Amino acid sequence: MKRFSLALAMVLVLGATVLVAYAQQPAAPAAPAAAVAPAPASKIDKGDTAWMLTSCALVLMMTAPGLALFYGGMVRQKNALATLMQSFIIMAVISIQWVLWGYSLAFGPDKGGIIGGLEWIGLRGVGVEPFDAYSKTIPHQVFMAFQMMFAIITPALITGAFAERKKFSAFLLFTVLWATLVYDPLAHWVWGDGGWLKKLGALDFAGGTVVHISSGVSALVCAVMIGKRKGFGHQPMQPHNLPMTVMGSALLWFGWFGFNAGSALEANGLAASAFVATNTGAAAAALGWMFTEWMSRGKPTVLGAASGAVAGLVAITPASGYVGPISSLIIGAVAGALCYTACNLKSKLGYDDSLDVVGVHAVGGTWGAFATGLFASKAVNDAGADGLFFGNPGQLWTQIVAILATYALAGVLTAVILKVVDALVGLRVTEEDEVAGLDLSQHSETAYAAGGGYGEFTAGGGSGAFAEARARTAH
Amino acid sequence: MKKIEAIIKPFKLDDVKEVLTSIGVIGMTVSEVRGFGRQKGHTELYRGGEYTVDFLPKIKIEVVVPDHLVDKVAEVVAAAAKTGNIGDGKIFVYPVETAVRIRTGERDESAL
Repeated sequence: MKRFSLALAMVLVLGATVLVAYAQQPAAPAAPAAAVAPAPASKIDKGDTAWMLTSCALVLMMTAPGLALFYGGMVRQKNALATLMQSFIIMAVISIQWVLWGYSLAFGPDKGGIIGGLEWIGLRGVGVEPFDAYSKTIPHQVFMAFQMMFAIITPALITGAFAERKKFSAFLLFTVLWATLVYDPLAHWVWGDGGWLKKLGALDFAGGTVVHISSGVSALVCAVMIGKRKGFGHQPMQPHNLPMTVMGSALLWFGWFGFNAGSALEANGLAASAFVATNTGAAAAALGWMFTEWMSRGKPTVLGAASGAVAGLVAITPASGYVGPISSLIIGAVAGALCYTACNLKSKLGYDDSLDVVGVHAVGGTWGAFATGLFASKAVNDAGADGLFFGNPGQLWTQIVAILATYALAGVLTAVILKVVDALVGLRVTEEDEVAGLDLSQHSETAYAAGGGYGEFTAGGGSGAFAEARARTAH
Repeated sequence: MKKIEAIIKPFKLDDVKEVLTSIGVIGMTVSEVRGFGRQKGHTELYRGGEYTVDFLPKIKIEVVVPDHLVDKVAEVVAAAAKTGNIGDGKIFVYPVETAVRIRTGERDESAL
């Protein structure tokens, strides 16, 4: 373990040194064509820039505390800290990855529609003047930072699938490789200047394919390859702190305004329309999930309502800039019912996607990308396209191509990355460490030192083994 | 009748339960306990501060069996709970005077 951290630190320091030398060269060949017109007045709009900086912060907040609390409350007490840590440390890891090479691979000068070049590594040439191909009125660095927050939350979403059993070192390695080999190319395909799906006309306003399908499909591969948690299926694994999860869900809802309305990249009517679509979709899905569960199980659960809101936000993400309020209501309501059903299938299919990343993000994201092909309307956004219901069935096919391409890239490369990580450091903690909990075994800490004066006595946290023992002695 | 009390590592509970069931032990009581022997405790780290936690989580299994099963039970439990590392736990055997099945009033071996 020590060797691993040392090696990682050395690679980072070495990489950074090389980059400093390169990135600080003044010439920026890919920067906007300042040479054409003599010293043009800056096109930067202060209102747009203020809104986009705010959106950056809102989207970062979705990862931690939003997602960290959402996931942290759903695990058992002995894994609470380790789960929060995965979201939290991804903010640090991807922030660095994005500055060093991630942004260049995703948005740098196009190489065959597949990936961005290395011209912008270390943010070389990514300055404060707008880069017209992406956004005309905000500094290029603001666009870069906004995209960084998306790159951060996407691998954090996957952590729900392998919660409570993955080695911390394996998780770190996986995160860096996944961001580089899956997220960056996919972001280029869909949003990069020259990306092949963008040229094909696939619509993805704020990340239905790039963020949600990619993380959801990778989550499925992770859950299958890393295997079930010890005791899955016959031992109770109830969430240890649902109030935390509800707070996390509410913070996600709040931050998602930056995610979707911010994807307009300007403070304008489109941002307002995306804001309304986002809120309507989330609301309809919270109700959709709640009523579906109420009808099928007899009770409207709080975790259900919280999950429903997230499912709706996922589904409305690709559509938010292309659909009106009533379309978003339908997209959300269907997402709530659909994702509820998908999460219930999990136990029948037998894989342990611990926190339902597949049921919410893969299913919700796929529905959202598909629904964009149905409900998109040029009346909402004339830079978009009409969908099937507005007389353009071709758009649906384009959406399906984008969905399938994302499934293929994320599915195949995630499997390869997991094999590599397994060979290097091993994916799973030992059985003994898993039962003791990741907080203690991976971090030497415990989330709750309960028990008053006997804090040291209870410091191990609630053991799943005990819960199982209770279940057994009840017979 | 004897009571066999085994203190084991928590992650070995499944294995021990399985072998006990396989040799015909039909009931057991399990509790989560804390303690230490030669293994001592573990260390927790908080902002550079190290805290030694003396008491480690263990599982205590108690079963009461007829005399002829005692050696067999002790043997299979030891085999199933063994990792070979420090902290594997201990097995204690005590004499039991009487057993009563509350529902029927049956006594001793027929109450087991």
